[in-house]
Amino acid sequence: MTVITVNGTEQKLEVDPSTPLLWVLREQLALTGTKFGCGIAQCGACTVHVNGSAIRSCVTPVSAVSGKKITTIEGLAPSNDELHPLQSAWIEEQVPQCGYCQSGQLMSAAALLATNPSPSDADINSAMSGNICRCGMYSRIRRAIKSAAGVQQFDPALAELARELNNG
Amino acid sequence: MGKWTRRAFISAGVVVGGGLIVGVAIRPGNRAAELSKLVAGEGETLLHTWVKLDSDNVVTAIIPHAEMGQGVGTALAQMLADELDADWDLVKFEEAPALGEFANYPLGQSILLGGADIPDFVLPTVEGALIRTAHALDLQITGGSLSVRTTGAYGMRIAGAAVKEMLKIAAAEAWQVPVNEVIAENSQLMHKASGRVEPYAAFAESAGQMTPPVSPTLKSVDEFKIMGRHVERHDLPSKVDGTAIFALDVRLPDMLYATVRRAPTFGGGIDRIDDVLTRAINGVMDVVRLPSTEVSSMLGSFTFAESVAVVAKGYWAAKQGMDALNIQWGSTENDAVSSDVIFAQFDRDISAGIDRETDVVKGNLVASMQNAAQVINADYRVPFLAHTCMEPLNATAMVEDGRCEVWVGCQSPLSFRRSIADALGFDIENVTLHNCFMGGGFGRKSRPDYAIQAAQLALSLGRPVQLIWTREEDVRQDFYRPAIQSRFRAAIDDTGDLIAWENTYVDKHDPDEAALIPYSVDAQDIGHVRSPTHVPFGAWRSVAHSQHGFFTESFIDEVAVAAGQDPFEYRAARLQHLPRQLAVLTRAAKEAQWHIPLAPGRGRGISLQSSFGSIVAEVVEVTVNDGNLSVDRVVAVIDAGYAVSPDGMKAQIESGIIYGLSAALYGEISIKEGAVVESNFHNYPSVRMSDAPAMETYIINSGADWGGAGEPGTPPIASALTNAIFNATGNRIRQLPIKNVNLKLTEEPSLVVG
Repeated sequence: MTVITVNGTEQKLEVDPSTPLLWVLREQLALTGTKFGCGIAQCGACTVHVNGSAIRSCVTPVSAVSGKKITTIEGLAPSNDELHPLQSAWIEEQVPQCGYCQSGQLMSAAALLATNPSPSDADINSAMSGNICRCGMYSRIRRAIKSAAGVQQFDPALAELARELNNG
Repeated sequence: MGKWTRRAFISAGVVVGGGLIVGVAIRPGNRAAELSKLVAGEGETLLHTWVKLDSDNVVTAIIPHAEMGQGVGTALAQMLADELDADWDLVKFEEAPALGEFANYPLGQSILLGGADIPDFVLPTVEGALIRTAHALDLQITGGSLSVRTTGAYGMRIAGAAVKEMLKIAAAEAWQVPVNEVIAENSQLMHKASGRVEPYAAFAESAGQMTPPVSPTLKSVDEFKIMGRHVERHDLPSKVDGTAIFALDVRLPDMLYATVRRAPTFGGGIDRIDDVLTRAINGVMDVVRLPSTEVSSMLGSFTFAESVAVVAKGYWAAKQGMDALNIQWGSTENDAVSSDVIFAQFDRDISAGIDRETDVVKGNLVASMQNAAQVINADYRVPFLAHTCMEPLNATAMVEDGRCEVWVGCQSPLSFRRSIADALGFDIENVTLHNCFMGGGFGRKSRPDYAIQAAQLALSLGRPVQLIWTREEDVRQDFYRPAIQSRFRAAIDDTGDLIAWENTYVDKHDPDEAALIPYSVDAQDIGHVRSPTHVPFGAWRSVAHSQHGFFTESFIDEVAVAAGQDPFEYRAARLQHLPRQLAVLTRAAKEAQWHIPLAPGRGRGISLQSSFGSIVAEVVEVTVNDGNLSVDRVVAVIDAGYAVSPDGMKAQIESGIIYGLSAALYGEISIKEGAVVESNFHNYPSVRMSDAPAMETYIINSGADWGGAGEPGTPPIASALTNAIFNATGNRIRQLPIKNVNLKLTEEPSLVVG
C-alpha cells in the first residue's frame, strides 16, 4: 500500500507502485484537473506540487511520492470561495483559450512565486518553459504572473510546512 | 456590414412557463455562400440560431459551434445581446447538442405552415408554430473562422433584433401606447410618459404568439453597446480551477481504459499480433482488433486503417500492454517512401507541368519575361505538419441496449455522430454524442477516427471505455498539413517595377484564392499541378493560406530586394487599388517603427495576407547573434471589419502567430519508410515561454464585412520572420523549418538567377 497526502487529505492506495502519479490522481482519486499531454515530461500539462515543488506527474512513479504532500490544481485555492492570486490574475488577463494546459501552467507559476515573489523575465522563462501552451498564450501568462507577483501566495503543503516549522 | 437581406426566416413560439423561443433559419444565398454551398438539396436551409427568453428574464443563446479555445460563445452572445439591448449579465449561452435540428432544415412548409414539433431537449413542451426536421445534413461545424461572420452576423443579430421588436409590440399593446414610444434597455421595456417599466420576460408569452417580423432593423455601428466592448469569457473560471470538463475528464461507472495503434506506414494493416506478454501485465483486460472503417461526410470520404487496442483497468496498464505487444504490420506499396522521395516527386511534377491548371492568367507573361531587365527565380517548400493539440485524441463510449453514447471533443459533432452510427451499423437516432470542451482543435478534431475507435471498443467490450491515444500515436496518425513545393519566376523592368509573376505549386487545397497575390502586376500566371502522396492530409489552422502566405510574401520580398527597394514601400506602391490592405500594411509599418534603423545583427520583416475575410499584416523583429536566432517582437494589425470582442480577437491573433511561429521555427513531420519519424514534443517542438516574442496587436474597425479571427493571424508570420532574418543576415530562407538552417552561413547565390 502507498500512502500519499493530496490537497491535505491522506490517501491509501492499492496500485502498482510504478504507476505514474498522474494516473493515480486522475483515475483512482478522480482529480481530473491535472492533464495528460505527452507522457514524457515534455509539455508540463501534468504539473503538480510535491512538498511545494513543481514536478511532472506523468513520469513520477507514485512510489516516489509515498508519504509526501501533493497539491493539485484542485487544491491551489485557499478555500472554496477564494481563488489563488494567480487564478484571479489568469481571469483578469483572460489567459486561457482552450484551457487544457492551464492547470499545469498555474502550478508551475505558483511554485515559482512561492520561492521567488518578484520574478524577473529570465526567472519566468526558466520556471515556465517546461509548460507548452499550443494556443500560444505566453505573453498573457507572463503578464498574469507579474500582476500576481508580490501578492500573498497560498499552497496547502507550503502552509503546513510553515506551521510545522513554526511549531519547531 | 451584414445587411439584412431577407434571406432568413424567423420562427417564434412559447415555451412552458411563459418563455419565448425564437429560431432564425437562413436561406442559401450569396452572403452566406461558404455555408450555403454545403447544403445538398434545393430548397433546404441552415438554421443557425436558437434564442430562448425565460420567465426569469434570462436570455439563452444556443450556439451551433464548439469551444476549442476561441471563445466563440462569448462573441456570439455579445452580438445577440447588443441587438436585443439585453443586460449582459442576463445573457447565457450553451453549445447545441449534436442533433440535426440545430443545423439544417427543409425550408418552406414546416417553417411557414408550422404546427410541427420542436426537439424536446430545447424545451420540455412547446406551443406555437415551430420547425420540424425532415432531413438533416451534418452541418454543425466549427472551422474556417466562420462563426462570427455567419452564425453571428446572420443568426445572432437577427434573432436579437427580432425578439426586441416583438417584445416592444407586445408591451405597446399591453400598455395601449404607440410602439415607437416603447424603449428597450438592459432587458427592460419602458414607457417614459406613463412611467411604466417591466422586464422583457413579462411580455415573452404574448410575443411568442406573434408572427415574427420579416425584416427586423439592425443597429448601425455607432449604436453598438456590447459589441466592441471588452467582456470576460464565461468559460474561463472553470479553466483556472481544474473543473472544466474535457473529454479526457469524463468518468463513467465501471469504465475501462484503452490505447490504440495503427500501422505506422499509412494504409498498412496488421499481419499478426503476439499478445502473450501484454496479457501477462497486471491490469490488462483484453487486446482487441478494430476493423478499418470507411467514412463519408461532407468533408469527403476517408478510410481509416484497422488498429489494435489494449484495454485495461487503467491507462498506465494499457500503455504498458501496448508497449509489450509484438505486432507484425502488413507491407504496403509505400514502404520505401521518404521525404526526399516526396520532394523529388514534387520537383519533377512542377518541372513537367503536366495537366497544369491555372488559378489566374492575365497579361502577356512571355513578352514581359522577355522584356525584363531582371528575372528572379526561386523554389520554396514546406514539410508536412502535425497539429499536436494539447489534449491528445481521446473519446469515451458506452454501448447498451442497442444505443451508443459517446463523449468527445470535436469540431463537427453531427458528422461524428453519423460516422459512429455508420461504423457500428446503428441508426443515427441510437447514437448520442456529448461534445466536451476541446483541448485545442486546429482542424484535427474534424476527423472522427478516434471517436469511431472508442465506439467500436465499447461495442466489443460491452462496457464503458475511455480510449486515450498516446502522444506518439497522435503525432504519427494525424491528417497532416500538406507538404508543398512552390516555384516562382518574376520579372522587373529597369525601374524595378514588377511586370510579371509566374508561380506553379503542387496540389491545390482550400481555399481557392490562397496562392493569389494582392499586388498590381499586369502579367500573371499562377497555377498548380497534381502530385499526390500517400500521407493523409487535412485542415490545419488557416489551411492553404499558411503555406502560400509563406511562399508569396517571401518571394515578393525577394523581388523588392532585387529591385533595390524597401520591402514595405515596394508592397505599398502595388496596393493602391486595395485601400484596406494598404491601410493595414501601413499601420503595421508605423506601429513597428519600420523606418527607424536597427543595430547590426538585428532585422525586420513584413508580411501581408488576407484570409477568411480578414486582412492581417505582421512585422517581426529578430536578433541573429553568432547564428542564434531570437524572435524579439511581433507587431500585428488586423482589419476584420469590426471586432465584436476586441480582447478575444487579440488573443486569437496572438494564438495564430505562436502556432505559425512553432511551425516556422521547428515544425517538421518527416517521412521515412513510409511512416512518420517524429513522435512527441522532444522531436516535434513547440514554441515555449523562453522563445515567445513580445506581441502587440492593433485592430482596425473599417466597417467592411465581418471577417474571421481564429486563423488569419497564422498565414503572415513565417514570411515576416524569414524576411526579418534576411534583413538581419542576408540569408534567404526558402525551406522551413528554420531549425534546419545554419544561420551562421549566408546562402549560396546560385538559386537567384539574375
